[in-house]
Amino acid sequence: MALNGFIAQSTPTIINGRFARAWGTARRYPLVPLAILIFVLAIPGILATQITDAWLQDPLEGRLTERLTPPVWQEGGSWDHPLGTDKVGYDVASRIIHGARVSLIVAGLSILSGGLVGTALGLAAGYFGGWWDHIIMRLVDIKLSIQSVLLALVLVSVMGPGFHTVIIVIALVLWVRYARLVRGETLALKNQDFVAKAKVAGASNFRIISRHLFPNVVNTIIVLATLEVGQVILLEAGLSFLGVGIPRPTPAWGLMVADGRNLIAAGNGWWISLFPGLAILLTVLSMNLLGDWLRDRLDPKLRNV
Amino acid sequence: MQRYIIIRGFHAIITLFAISLLIFALTRASGDPASVLLPEEATMEDYERLQAYWGLDKPLHVQYAVYVGNIMTGNLGESIKWPGRSAGELILQRLPATAKLTLVAFTVSVMLALPLGILSAVKKDSIWDAGGKAFALLGQAVPNFWLAIMMIWVLAVDWNLFPTSGSGEGFVDGIHHLILPAIALGAFGLAAGMRLSRSAMLDVLDSEYVKLARIKGISENKIIWKHCLRNAALVPITYFGLQFAGLITGSVITETVFAYPGVGLLAIEAIRSRDYQVVQSVVVVFAFIYVFVSLLVDILYAYLDPRIRLT
Repeated sequence: MALNGFIAQSTPTIINGRFARAWGTARRYPLVPLAILIFVLAIPGILATQITDAWLQDPLEGRLTERLTPPVWQEGGSWDHPLGTDKVGYDVASRIIHGARVSLIVAGLSILSGGLVGTALGLAAGYFGGWWDHIIMRLVDIKLSIQSVLLALVLVSVMGPGFHTVIIVIALVLWVRYARLVRGETLALKNQDFVAKAKVAGASNFRIISRHLFPNVVNTIIVLATLEVGQVILLEAGLSFLGVGIPRPTPAWGLMVADGRNLIAAGNGWWISLFPGLAILLTVLSMNLLGDWLRDRLDPKLRNV
Repeated sequence: MQRYIIIRGFHAIITLFAISLLIFALTRASGDPASVLLPEEATMEDYERLQAYWGLDKPLHVQYAVYVGNIMTGNLGESIKWPGRSAGELILQRLPATAKLTLVAFTVSVMLALPLGILSAVKKDSIWDAGGKAFALLGQAVPNFWLAIMMIWVLAVDWNLFPTSGSGEGFVDGIHHLILPAIALGAFGLAAGMRLSRSAMLDVLDSEYVKLARIKGISENKIIWKHCLRNAALVPITYFGLQFAGLITGSVITETVFAYPGVGLLAIEAIRSRDYQVVQSVVVVFAFIYVFVSLLVDILYAYLDPRIRLT
């Protein structure tokens, strides 16, 4: 059971000496993933413009004369373009740094909006039950049978490609999980004494939901949101790769990987795809590890989600 | 059991109706569908033909009836990029390739995920387990399109072991063309399935009836094969059912990377040339396949786990 893993993890380790204590701390907290996230996602995401203004070429400036420059440690590489340039002379490093910002914004906005809608619907379905529950759960079923990429294809064909389309697509993918989880939690909570007492005391439905039920599910929501960041970044990159996500020439990691595909098949320019893909891999990996850790800490019952 | 199947079938039909309604609403909500569906270079004649075809001069509920009627009779509309060919015909032509790719990826990932996950659980905290966990973590974090491109770079271009794209001709060549796409498509499911079968197996190994079996002195092999396996396999089986949905998504991406001529590539080609009729038909077909497969999985699950039938 989930509980066993939890107990095993929180069993105190025998600590002797300063080194052992430091090692114990390092094991208890996800320091390496956190460090990777700070250096690959947070700092580049927040300070992208400052970093590239100081050291690198603008992400949207293509220098055709310097196209297909290899990374600095390769023959022909230079410190002007530490990770090389692509086929129109865009600087790969500069675009990866700005791509972090794109990933951050997309992940933030879509998780926020999907989380809000899903939580509200989940609370309503769980608390009111009856028709609300039926209709909302049917909506969940419908959503589950339309896959994210296909949803993106339909919405792009209806709304046209763009930033807002990506965020709407991802939010539409995400709300389902919040709705199901929050509904389940609400169902368990609403029969407890404190809800009945609040009702007797004359609290309105809105007050019961917002002041009594919501605070009890907020941990679950936070854990789920963290666990989803990695998946959202993967999804956004996949959509951009297919050309139904972030439109060119915005520097998005998925787009950058796509840009290198044909060159690699022709045996040239491996760095164009390799580095943005590594950025995705590292970010998603660290985010997943961080999410796992947070889940074990705050809400171990989510283990199988 | 029969009652369960009937109820689940009924749900599936409602879902299908809702999907058709949703796609119908989306296309209509975006303004005049005829002008949206047609490319910029379409003539007035094309426009009128499409209007008449979808019955756009009639009230909305009649339009919806026409739309559903068209889907039911397998009439998914005409392609714009490939003139004179219907969307249904294009999809049918591409479907076998996609079916082959997804089935191979799916089978291989299931065949590997279960034993590897169980090995990881049985030999918990050994080097096998550590390797398995590392593989599962990486597999769930690697973007499959990037993995595909890296495989093209190293295995296909540098070492010249595999073709970089296409589907090949004949049986042997076909399999040769299938290996890299199948790995790219199956990696995520393999990693996630491994993780899941490991935790399911750990749960079972920790249960009371296994402890009892151990106390009775039954050999460890017999415990694992006879007592644990069947129970531990339940969780991954539901997961693999859901995983099928992920495979559909993945197949669009994988087919694009490898220029593998399946339905996913068709959808991407269609959206690039704004052939929205074909795009929306692909979505409808995939949604129908998904609903059908999840119905099958539910029935299989009910067959394997009697507790579900009774509720």
